[in-house]
Amino acid sequence: MGRKLLTEHVNVEGIETFAVYRKHGGYRAVEKALKMTPEEVVEEVKKSGLRGRGGAGFPTGLKWSFLAKPEGVPRYLVCNADESEPGTFKDRYLMSKLPHLLIEGMIAGSYALGARTSYIYIRGELLYVMRILEKAIAEAYAAGFLGENIQGSGYSLDLHVHPGGGAYICGEETALLESLEGKRGNPRNKPPFPAVQGLYARPTVVNNVESLASVVPILNMGGDEYAKIGLGKSTGTKLFSACGHLNKPGIYELELGVPVEEFIYSDEYCGGIWKGRELKAVVAGGSSVPILPKELILKTAAGENRLMTYESLSDGGFVTGTMLGSGGFIAMDETTCIVKNTWNFSRFYHHESCGQCSPCREGTGWMEKVLHRLEHGHGSMHDIDLVVSVAKQIEGNTICPLGEAAAWPVAAAVRHFRDEFEWHVTHPKEATAPGAVYRGNMVLA
Amino acid sequence: MAKITFDGIEVEVPDGTTILNAARKIGGGVVPPAMCYYTPLKGSGGKCRACLVRVAAGSSKDPRPMPKLVASCITPVQDGMVVENTTSQQVLDVRKGIVEMLLINHPLDCPVCDQAGECDLQNFAFEHGVSTTRYEEERRTFEKIDIGPYIQLHMTRCILCYRCVYTADQLTEARVHGVLGRGDASEIGTYIENTISNDFSGNVIDVCPVGALTDKTFRFKQRVWFTKPVNAHRECGHEKCAGHVTLWYKGKDVLRVTARKDEYGEVKEWICNECRFEKKETADWVIEGPAHINRSSVISANHYELPVINPQVIADLPESTVRELEQNPPLKLGGLSGTTF
Repeated sequence: MGRKLLTEHVNVEGIETFAVYRKHGGYRAVEKALKMTPEEVVEEVKKSGLRGRGGAGFPTGLKWSFLAKPEGVPRYLVCNADESEPGTFKDRYLMSKLPHLLIEGMIAGSYALGARTSYIYIRGELLYVMRILEKAIAEAYAAGFLGENIQGSGYSLDLHVHPGGGAYICGEETALLESLEGKRGNPRNKPPFPAVQGLYARPTVVNNVESLASVVPILNMGGDEYAKIGLGKSTGTKLFSACGHLNKPGIYELELGVPVEEFIYSDEYCGGIWKGRELKAVVAGGSSVPILPKELILKTAAGENRLMTYESLSDGGFVTGTMLGSGGFIAMDETTCIVKNTWNFSRFYHHESCGQCSPCREGTGWMEKVLHRLEHGHGSMHDIDLVVSVAKQIEGNTICPLGEAAAWPVAAAVRHFRDEFEWHVTHPKEATAPGAVYRGNMVLA
Repeated sequence: MAKITFDGIEVEVPDGTTILNAARKIGGGVVPPAMCYYTPLKGSGGKCRACLVRVAAGSSKDPRPMPKLVASCITPVQDGMVVENTTSQQVLDVRKGIVEMLLINHPLDCPVCDQAGECDLQNFAFEHGVSTTRYEEERRTFEKIDIGPYIQLHMTRCILCYRCVYTADQLTEARVHGVLGRGDASEIGTYIENTISNDFSGNVIDVCPVGALTDKTFRFKQRVWFTKPVNAHRECGHEKCAGHVTLWYKGKDVLRVTARKDEYGEVKEWICNECRFEKKETADWVIEGPAHINRSSVISANHYELPVINPQVIADLPESTVRELEQNPPLKLGGLSGTTF
């Protein structure tokens, strides 16, 4: 098993308390950062090549360097802990097990960005995690790592936890900021970007939990050292939340570059598909990324081994590739009905669309209804093309990426599993029988 | 100042102007449609996606095209920007899709809707959409909500442009209505059946692009194209209201009073509820003359302007006839916009 940078001490008894965390080398990164200039900290993160762990994979250091710094205007660092992508549960794990790791990363990040107040915007359902974080923050205040004049450095920082109302859309950074300001969580029009006008119209950086936590090992070992881990432009380690029909689902910290095949089948990781069944398809990075059939997730179209890196997973674009996304790895065995699964995803996006812009508001509902029809044996061949056409009408024409997130899985499912959709049209009775699943030309009861 | 090329036409506008407003400076058929953007309302725009355009070159400094279509109503121009609207097939196709999306949950009850004839959605769908739909499912419907003695809120027709929310927010101190719920279940509402009772509430009727907010004092009285618009004013006691309005006559009766609108349907001056709902006698007003409607809509069917002759027809007339017509015009000649026959 590869190196663990984030979850090395996760199983230590009492690691969620300040004393134990400190004993295992905690808050060294903050001490180190406070001796550097903020620019040096940003430079270190830039050198590490760390890419945003929330889904888009944008280089974190670059994002930090874009922050506008007008004189006499406060700046903010906001941690996006509104993890709600189906299949993704790594941030919840990280925060509930290692709350101080996030706090440490946030102190270092806030120092680098010159923020005097920072926020953790946490998903409303994670109330128990919020309590853990609040307890840890209180400990950090008591130990002098938060509040006025941190460790005698002259730098002061206040850190607040703010719960959302449990809306997927508030994980979009500008909707998150609206919600944090106490408004309805509607995504904003961009530009202006948050780096110029974010929270309370001030320059703001919004980072994922895991990105901020990764700042800690980066500062501890140095950006250059961190960049050596991983493969190519996918540096460092990343948490993957493996779920679905696996023998050992759970959270795995991987050095980026592990082959997908090894990740699924090796006993070190997920231990293969449960009940001795065959793998059918994988959604590699949370529900919004394109689904891939077994052949394409294990090997690229060119026949190379697919690796757990940003580049390898997106090899082949959306025709034969997918995305690393947030690391929500959903494996489906041969008994999974792709049509039902696509409808289920679509239902989620229909429910979570904020309703602000017309293609997403109307299109997500429309797709869901057509997919519902197909799944329940009332569809026609025309409906298969219709749902793809609607997905195309949404994609790229919306205010925020939720439109794409809703359109991609539908388009990809039809692209790779069209025969299964057609079978639902031509064999409605078989398709709607309980437990029936399409596998090639035969029905598996 | 920034110079941009819009559909092949060069136009120079001050920095910070949006692409849409630059196009409106050119005017005519190249102007993208706008269903949610409303110049007098701060923060409006970007929601309906009707005005999406393709930016073929970002600026003279960075001439790369923008990866996605952008909402022209909120995207500021850059010097050297090249924008394609009617010249891009992609834009026209996407716009067709937007019409389809806006109409799938719209009841299309135009025959009984008071907005018919001056409805932005009607105009938009007529110009940019297709006449059939692929939507087979049941449409979303809402109960009518009572929001006071003057205004009827019929959410089923709403396209969620947010204009009325911004109007209520920016015109008056105490906003009582907003958007509740989310996705296609979101609705405009006053929280727990409140009534809208401030002095300027009537303006939400004017900004509504569809028939979701209608004037209760005018409902079902007359089709708008059978009424004649006349500009008028009065000394209004309200400090924020200038009292400049348009009266809509049928015979000798004033059927309704609205604010004056420009050619893009945007209100020029807000008016108070007293002017709008309570002054419906000619004696209350100082008449200025017929209101000219520049939009090509059925409400101009009874317009007072002289009809315009198609330039093609003029070209075929003998020159002496044309000169005579010019000196003594029973008809207005030429012209690119307006009704032609």
